[in-house]
Amino acid sequence: MALTHIASSSSRSIFLKPISTALSSTPFLRRLISSAADDSTTLTIETSVPFTAHNCDTPSRTVETTPKELLTLFRDMATMRRMEIAADSLYKAKLIRGFCHLYDGQEAVALGMEAAITKKDCIITAYRDHCTFLGRGGTLLEIFSELMGRQAGCSNGKGGSMHFYKKEAGFYGGHGIVGAQVPLGCGLAFAQKYSKDENVTFALYGDGAANQGQLFEALNIAALLDLPAILVCENNHYGMGTAEWRAAKSPSYYKRGDYVPGLKVDGMDVFAVKQACKFAKEHALKNGPIILEMDTYRYHGHSMSDPGSTYRTRDEISGVRQERDPIERIRKLIFSHDLATEKELKDTEKEIRKEVDEAIAQAKESPVPEPSELFTNVHVKGFGVESYGADRKEVRAVLP
Amino acid sequence: MATALQRFGRSFILISKRQFSNSSTSCEKKIAQQSGKSLNLYSAINQALHIALETDPRAYVFGEDVSFGGVFRCTTGLADRFGKNRVFNTPLCEQGIVGFGIGLAAMGNRAIAEIQFADYIYPAFDQIVNEAAKFRYRSGNQFNCGGLTIRAPYGAVGHGGHYHSQSPEAFFCHVPGIKVVVPRSPQQAKGLLLSCIRDPNPVVFFEPKWLYRLAVEEVPEHDYMLPLSEAEVIREGSDITLVGWGAQLSIMEQACLDAEKSGISCELIDLKTLIPWDKETVEASVKKTGRLLISHEAPVTGGFGAEISASIVERCFLRLEAPITRICGLDTPFPLVFEPFYMPTKNKILDAIKSTVNY
Repeated sequence: MALTHIASSSSRSIFLKPISTALSSTPFLRRLISSAADDSTTLTIETSVPFTAHNCDTPSRTVETTPKELLTLFRDMATMRRMEIAADSLYKAKLIRGFCHLYDGQEAVALGMEAAITKKDCIITAYRDHCTFLGRGGTLLEIFSELMGRQAGCSNGKGGSMHFYKKEAGFYGGHGIVGAQVPLGCGLAFAQKYSKDENVTFALYGDGAANQGQLFEALNIAALLDLPAILVCENNHYGMGTAEWRAAKSPSYYKRGDYVPGLKVDGMDVFAVKQACKFAKEHALKNGPIILEMDTYRYHGHSMSDPGSTYRTRDEISGVRQERDPIERIRKLIFSHDLATEKELKDTEKEIRKEVDEAIAQAKESPVPEPSELFTNVHVKGFGVESYGADRKEVRAVLP
Repeated sequence: MATALQRFGRSFILISKRQFSNSSTSCEKKIAQQSGKSLNLYSAINQALHIALETDPRAYVFGEDVSFGGVFRCTTGLADRFGKNRVFNTPLCEQGIVGFGIGLAAMGNRAIAEIQFADYIYPAFDQIVNEAAKFRYRSGNQFNCGGLTIRAPYGAVGHGGHYHSQSPEAFFCHVPGIKVVVPRSPQQAKGLLLSCIRDPNPVVFFEPKWLYRLAVEEVPEHDYMLPLSEAEVIREGSDITLVGWGAQLSIMEQACLDAEKSGISCELIDLKTLIPWDKETVEASVKKTGRLLISHEAPVTGGFGAEISASIVERCFLRLEAPITRICGLDTPFPLVFEPFYMPTKNKILDAIKSTVNY
């Protein structure tokens, strides 16, 4: 009784904290940490499929993990999934406006990457950015507030779904134009190399963006200057409604760097992603850029205005859900190592659902930005934007 | 907010049916006499594309997702009817799409390229400005890409946010060698698009995406063209001239109706072609009314309204009875939650009409 009380009172503030710190309050994990299976236990896991390499070695298929990591991954991934489902309903209820691109299905990419790197490494991505932001330590409150255009959002409600940022955690955001973030990522990598701080940049893009010319321009610069840039192609196989093979003569995106090495990774297997990102970071610090192609899948359509079922069969989607779902893979691993019971995982999912609902409720309480915010952040403060009134007798006010 | 927009939408349909089909030019009358079907704007564009491909075997339609009908359904049925060799998807690469179109057009074809949103046209800016616009000039008329027409949906939709709402027309109006055309209604869209496709110059054709489904009017089924570089007085008045284009005209139309209630008679002009634009029609109107208001969704500074204002001051300085007013988007990036503040709304225009008339 006392235990449940503590759990529920602490869960009220869970959504204010980054997910991994919030984890320590889950009852079953506490049981686990205090039980025999402590942190020092290591588990050895084989990745689902071997890596395929282009002009480089392949990392080992054997990955080491701990019970704690497995359970954390389960919780984080389930939070991402639940969050995106909730965003779907909020969009349909017209509480989220603008364009909204959901990440469900691709969770293993964001989390596997985080598991291999530190917050000093940079990540820059396109507009499917909710879960990447959560992975970097963003909170559910910041996410839902930003989605609904409220002050408590991570961009103060001024960005919306496509424009999440978290500077202190090296998350350079959410960019709206397909492929445009990749050259920026190379700039970040140059700054890192120049300051000799041994960090790398992960520049994410989709299979649709892989056909943009600026990607190759950026890759060439990165290779010329041996920049610690890792180009991550999140290949979910459809650039909007266009299947990869219709848009790309060679859909082997890991090979398209030609002189830049590449690695094809099962993006639905979080441990394969982790292993590949670890390998890529070491490679990039030593030898310069590398391409990682993450073979993944989005369950939703491209954006909320795409039902996602006109250009692919329902069987295909349900097949991926059954065979390759990243959360189910972790759930199976947890069971096979006897780390938690089915009920305990179900309880975790219930808790997550509650946290998400609470975050949404709190986000709804957050006010929309002040109207004067329309004029701020256009230029540096002091170089204000002129606003023109309709009545010329009191025109032009220079706003902050 | 949403309900207000819907209400606006409905009233626009009524206005457009009544107002825009009552036009007075002879060309329009001829069209009005033909029996037509009630069509929305995207269906009118679709019909124009069908006619363009049917009447010219050397016409092609390409762009992102066009063979599936495009995100706004403008190219529905084209691939089935004309085959995948003439209607095809391209990869996601705007610079490549336009450059490809220039090459195709240089061989004497009609290249009809679609850029999915006008906000995505910027990667192709170099191709349009440096390649398409100057091809004829710098080759001493040996080559040109006059068969190129670039279609792109522009403008606000109520909740599009930063990258699905912009109006980039002014950037292209600074480029000699191309034409920029913006239709206001389904009937106009069909006639103007066919003119653009058949015009011997490269054209950027911006479609008001707010009106794709919202604007409905009778559109003749036959093949017709509306002249480029010819503005149209869509409402006659004596106190003030209002100039606009595209979706903004419906907002201005409502302001005119409200101003009428206060006894102000407004003349409303649809510019249609922004470059090269019909200065004479605007000049004649301003000489009559002595006052001018220009309105567009793009930010006011450096917008095309500035060019109109400067030209009219040059031509009508002594006839002006009040300073020229511009009611446009604010000088901020296109906002997400603040779209209602940013937009040049009916009330902003109405206020400006009153203060200009009472100057």
